[in-house]
Amino acid sequence: MASLKELCKEPELFSSGHRACAGCGEVLAVRQVLLAAIKPVVCVMPTGCLEIVSTIYPHTAWQVPMFHNAFENAAATISGVEAAYKVLRKKGIINQDINFIAFGGDGGTYDIGFQALSGAVERGHRFLYVCLDNEAYMNTGIQRSSATPFGAHTTTSPAGEKIPGKMQWRKEIVEIMIAHDIPYAAQTTIQNWNDLANKVRKALSINGPSFINILVPCPLGWGYPSEKTIEMSRLAVETCFWPLYEWENGTYRLNYTPKEKKPVTEWLKGQDRFRHLFKPENKNLLDEFQKEVDRRWERLVRRTQTNY
Amino acid sequence: MIVAKTGNEAMAYAMKQINPDVVAAYPITPSTEIVQIFSSFVADGLVDTEYVAVESEHSAMSACIGAAVAGARAMTATASQGLALMHEMLFIASGLRLPIVMCVASRSLSSPLNIHCDHSDSVASRDAGWIQIFCENSQEGYDSVIQAVKIAETCYLPVMVAIDGFILSHCMDRIEVLEDEQVQKFIGKLKPNYSLLDVKNPITVSPACLPDSYFEHKRAQAQGMNDALPIIEKVIADFAQAFGRNYPVLEGYRTDDAEVVVLVMGSTVGTARIAVDEMRLKGEKVGMVKLRFFRPLVYQRMKERLGRFKVVGVLDRVESVNSYVSPLATEVRACLYDVNPCPLVPSYVYGLGGREITPDDIMAVFDELLAMNKKGKMKDEVTYVGVR
Repeated sequence: MASLKELCKEPELFSSGHRACAGCGEVLAVRQVLLAAIKPVVCVMPTGCLEIVSTIYPHTAWQVPMFHNAFENAAATISGVEAAYKVLRKKGIINQDINFIAFGGDGGTYDIGFQALSGAVERGHRFLYVCLDNEAYMNTGIQRSSATPFGAHTTTSPAGEKIPGKMQWRKEIVEIMIAHDIPYAAQTTIQNWNDLANKVRKALSINGPSFINILVPCPLGWGYPSEKTIEMSRLAVETCFWPLYEWENGTYRLNYTPKEKKPVTEWLKGQDRFRHLFKPENKNLLDEFQKEVDRRWERLVRRTQTNY
Repeated sequence: MIVAKTGNEAMAYAMKQINPDVVAAYPITPSTEIVQIFSSFVADGLVDTEYVAVESEHSAMSACIGAAVAGARAMTATASQGLALMHEMLFIASGLRLPIVMCVASRSLSSPLNIHCDHSDSVASRDAGWIQIFCENSQEGYDSVIQAVKIAETCYLPVMVAIDGFILSHCMDRIEVLEDEQVQKFIGKLKPNYSLLDVKNPITVSPACLPDSYFEHKRAQAQGMNDALPIIEKVIADFAQAFGRNYPVLEGYRTDDAEVVVLVMGSTVGTARIAVDEMRLKGEKVGMVKLRFFRPLVYQRMKERLGRFKVVGVLDRVESVNSYVSPLATEVRACLYDVNPCPLVPSYVYGLGGREITPDDIMAVFDELLAMNKKGKMKDEVTYVGVR
């Protein structure tokens, strides 16, 4: 169990001075992951916000080895890095344990990088894949992804006269990872640093692939004031839109159950991307949203109870 | 040792003797056997390689790049659609100056689907910054893979070695293989410039470069390729000295007294040798020039060697839709532009999708070239050989 005192003593491995927006959830997640990580670590990331804000030549925010390859191949790239490590370790060229972490956005994970991720997990490489899920393609200017929630306005699922935003539900990426029988998978968010740190440590102590999906609110893409990032992250959990849970050795565990489950509108109402849902004529969409959050939450609770 | 091997078997055997750290590959006709045979070497413990059986060619190249950035010797094999799927990653491998070596069994590109030989796949990756070697036969394929490792790791450029799909990849031939120790001694140890796994000296690899720095990186990369020829010729000379087999970047066949030649890449070089012999029997002073490297384009050698002919008929096994002439002919014309007098450089496209090319076809080309020489005038646009 990582204590805050202990984490505070860890050196910052992601420097300040990077170019992320004020209130960016993504870099908070990266800092938390690196603080908690069992060192040394070697990292890979796809093209995306994180790469752009952290590496503009000749600067870098990374105090750990970081390789950016392309957009759709973080998991394939880390497969190659890990394979190289294995053989160089065997040959005595590398003499220490190294942990491998890939940081991908939801676009690079749920969508374009999904095949590479599935392949790498199936092959069983020893690496942690962290999805920094801000629920749309933020780097290119807020386009919908398969992680974008129902009803959200994005620039490619605009809330128009006829179609009120994205009409599909988000993909349950953690469940898809579990379907790979991955040794460890978890979902967390930046508001609960303790939960996040524990999950990172567990994941890195696994001898095989592991996956953590971290909800990282995006002030620009979601449309809320930058000081509300942690609140957005907390409300997503308190409304059960974003359950904190994990899958370890074939067992589900729910890490947090709100004392009083808040209506999902509590989370939605603070975000411009859902503003149109609050028009009187869209009340049915809000109802539908709540129903689906309830259905998914209850399904997850059932799974954790029965260890389905 | 003399053995009977197909081109694929010969290349896989070369890979075994190279014993790379990482091979990441995906099967595709006609190069499937290379990875298949290589994975049996892995399964039998005959190599130290980590074999990554990736889920696509895109991931194959991505994993090779990851391995090479981590300081490992990485190899792969592919063809056709696989090479096309890798296309994006080819530029990243070369942009990062990674000495990855890739075996290619040349095959046409869809659509329509066709599994047979032409050079559409490799030529389409012409601008990706890879050294490209086209082989006449499987012996050269085997030897070139070994040379490629040395070239790649000296130039810090990736190299693809292409043998013609089916024509070489699946044909049994007499191959003289080296001893494992000879191969190891020739290629030496990989000395990477940096390693991502050097956790004490963390580096960020492949950052974003804005307009204030991108251009300089690309210019430096281009210089790397411009500077490759002397290194390549040294590796070729060292190989010839060590093992007695010489493969110059540009080789003339019966060209000493010839005014008219054809310029050819790949297995058709062998066919053209026969055509030249037949023409010579008829008393025609024709020759053939074999081009082994499409990249780097050996323009220095081309000016020296081709400039003195009256007619250079360029035979290309690829269609570059709507280019004025075929890809290699375009290069040759540009290269000889300032040679005075400039040879006629007519352009021929043949053998797409595995359409057979025979000595008779090439002799017919020679008849045309001889007529052009007599008239001092060439047909400007592309001539298609053997299309119905």
